[in-house]
Amino acid sequence: MEEDGNMYSIILATASRYLLLLLLIFSVFLLLRGHNEPGGGFVGGLVAAAAYALYFIANGIQAAKTVVRFDPLRIIAAGLLTAIASTLPSLFTGERFMTAFWIDTGIPFIGKVGTPLLFDLGIYFLVLGITISIIFSLAEEDRS
Amino acid sequence: MNRIIMLPILLPLCTAAVMIFFRRRILLHRMLNAAGTAAMVGVSLVLLSSVHAQGILSLQVGGWEAPFGITFVADMLSSIMVVATAFIGFTTALYSLGTIDEKREHFFYYPLLQILLMGINGAFLTGDIFNLYVWFEVMLISSFVLLVLGGRPQQLEGAIKYVTLNLLSSSIFLAAVGILYGTAGTLNMADLAQKIPLLEHREMLSVVAVLFMITFGIKAAIFPLFFWLPASYHTPPMAVSAIFSGLLTKVGVYAIMRFFTTIFVHEEASFIHQVLLVLSAFTMVVGVLGAVAQYDMRKLLSFHIISQIGYMIFALAIQSPLAIAGGLFYMIHNIVAKTNLFYLSGIIRRLKGSWDLREIGGIYRFYPMLGLLFLVPALGLAGIPPLSGFWAKFLVIKAGLDSEHYLLAGIALCVSMLTLYSMIKIWNEAFWKDDPLGEGGVEDEAYLRIPSTRKAMIVVPIVILGGLTVIFGLWFEPFFGLADRAALELLDAGEYIDAVLGGKS
Amino acid sequence: MTFLLAVIVGVLYAAGTYLILRRSLVKVIFGLMLLGHAANLMIFTVGRLTKGAPAFVPEGAEALVEPFADPLPQALILTAIVIGFGVQAFTIVLFKRTYQELGTEDLDRMKSTDQLPGEKL
Repeated sequence: MEEDGNMYSIILATASRYLLLLLLIFSVFLLLRGHNEPGGGFVGGLVAAAAYALYFIANGIQAAKTVVRFDPLRIIAAGLLTAIASTLPSLFTGERFMTAFWIDTGIPFIGKVGTPLLFDLGIYFLVLGITISIIFSLAEEDRS
Repeated sequence: MNRIIMLPILLPLCTAAVMIFFRRRILLHRMLNAAGTAAMVGVSLVLLSSVHAQGILSLQVGGWEAPFGITFVADMLSSIMVVATAFIGFTTALYSLGTIDEKREHFFYYPLLQILLMGINGAFLTGDIFNLYVWFEVMLISSFVLLVLGGRPQQLEGAIKYVTLNLLSSSIFLAAVGILYGTAGTLNMADLAQKIPLLEHREMLSVVAVLFMITFGIKAAIFPLFFWLPASYHTPPMAVSAIFSGLLTKVGVYAIMRFFTTIFVHEEASFIHQVLLVLSAFTMVVGVLGAVAQYDMRKLLSFHIISQIGYMIFALAIQSPLAIAGGLFYMIHNIVAKTNLFYLSGIIRRLKGSWDLREIGGIYRFYPMLGLLFLVPALGLAGIPPLSGFWAKFLVIKAGLDSEHYLLAGIALCVSMLTLYSMIKIWNEAFWKDDPLGEGGVEDEAYLRIPSTRKAMIVVPIVILGGLTVIFGLWFEPFFGLADRAALELLDAGEYIDAVLGGKS
Repeated sequence: MTFLLAVIVGVLYAAGTYLILRRSLVKVIFGLMLLGHAANLMIFTVGRLTKGAPAFVPEGAEALVEPFADPLPQALILTAIVIGFGVQAFTIVLFKRTYQELGTEDLDRMKSTDQLPGEKL
């Protein structure tokens, strides 16, 4: 883990493991409250990416890559496809393109679920994927 | 059925997303790219026929009524342009299969091509000026990457000029959008066409018109603003140059057409048409003189693009229905013929190993069919009957004479002589004269080693586009009918406004 | 306030124009950034300034009450900033790569794409 930095700090490395989880939960919270209050997919994705960035700073690029698991470009593509998928109901039901559909789940805090949430989820992954791939490629260029 | 308007935009987006997801499966990329563009041809033809049958279609995204939401509009002009884009996209997809190296394919060549097509289609179909800005950026960023893909020093150098001037143009566009919103309080094109004549504070309108003219002038490469084009268009692989030359400048011309026949037709902006007339003359002359001086095929053709843009600007500056229809027909003819010439020069390069006309020759003796395929777009571009260029030039010059712009019509005729001269120059040097390096030339064997399926991929697009040039020439009337209707729709904004704001969606 | 913003927009445009006319690539990219900021700030200014009144419908009311800040220019600027961010990031990488490949950042020495073949300038 220490392989690529002489800046290794055991405090930061230990803390970052818990912070990663906390920040990811916070990013999901931001994503879910986004429709009518400050927040949303864009901010959520940025916070999630920041969580991974912190982990990368503390533990190095290899460790960060194992934590992310997926190819960042695949995350981008998945986000893009999710966002496109959110527009499909309107295409097939004959409503105007990108008209929102809502289902009231009745669950407290989450409330109504609909295509805008799906769209936000797509943006979340898109932003997350793009930011992570930028960070990873910059980090790798730095090492070479 | 207005949902069909979204398909030319959604289709390439979906294919691009799937390609990025399976990013290592190059075979899948190739197939999806060809299939996606083929589907786009189908979709665009359906769009054209439904616009033909039902009149202008509009779609309010998300159900937010115009002018508050984003509107997509398909009128005759837009749908004709989308069809042209689809055809060029499809032929470029095939041509890329035969010519693009695997390294570029791994670096997202095909997804970028799809995103480029999405941006172009979006720019044609949107009915909102800010949305137009966004599509321009989508188109630009993918063209930036396509331009530098491969990273040869020449490409990077060309890209610097291209990127800098296009970013400058974008920031001018943004400023113009801001002032226009401050003046008119709306950015919906139909709403603007309706509101601008009634505005009280009109001081800024002429400023806005000039800013838009400069922005789109840079994109369309009209006279004093064209220098980025011959500095960059010859640097990327031929498939990329071909799609750029066919479509990117034409998006600029389309925007000028849309803005200065539908939106800015009031008194404060009428001087724009005078300015455009003068600039068109300079564009025609400077472009063709640049072309005549060149011996590098790619640069020769690049300068030709500029000269041809001059004709289109000339036509639309006259503003009569005949002129606009002629200009539109010219644009379609030019997209087809120009792209085809770029494809062909790519083949010549492969056969002879050089872009320099002085170093090659003797192609006709060994490949007479290639000579024939070259003559179709070359003579078409020069305006020899019965090919499409004859009708295109005839219409534009007739409109010029009808509106008593005798000097300009004369210039257009002379320029077309010079066009013919430069086409004959390629013919003489590359096809007719003996090869300076002796029998056969150098790269022949390299070409023969290309598997025949790949060779077919290179030749089929040329045959398709050459066929279109002939068809436009021989069955001129139905195509002119479409262009004429597009011109009438442009000059009388009433139907456009009704379709967008009339609540029919 | 509007006057002050107008002056800032003017200064940004002047500085941006000056910088993109320089021969150094670094200064050109700074110039392009400044022009982008100037355009954004201009949209903000000509969209009319309203302080402290977001465009929310008040509790119990049916429509917006004047005066309220127009949200559209803000949305335009937000979009333009995000697009500008992406494009500028690309441009910086492009300029850096060009510097590495060509070994110069002087625009006057980048004219091989404009020369006729065989011509020495």
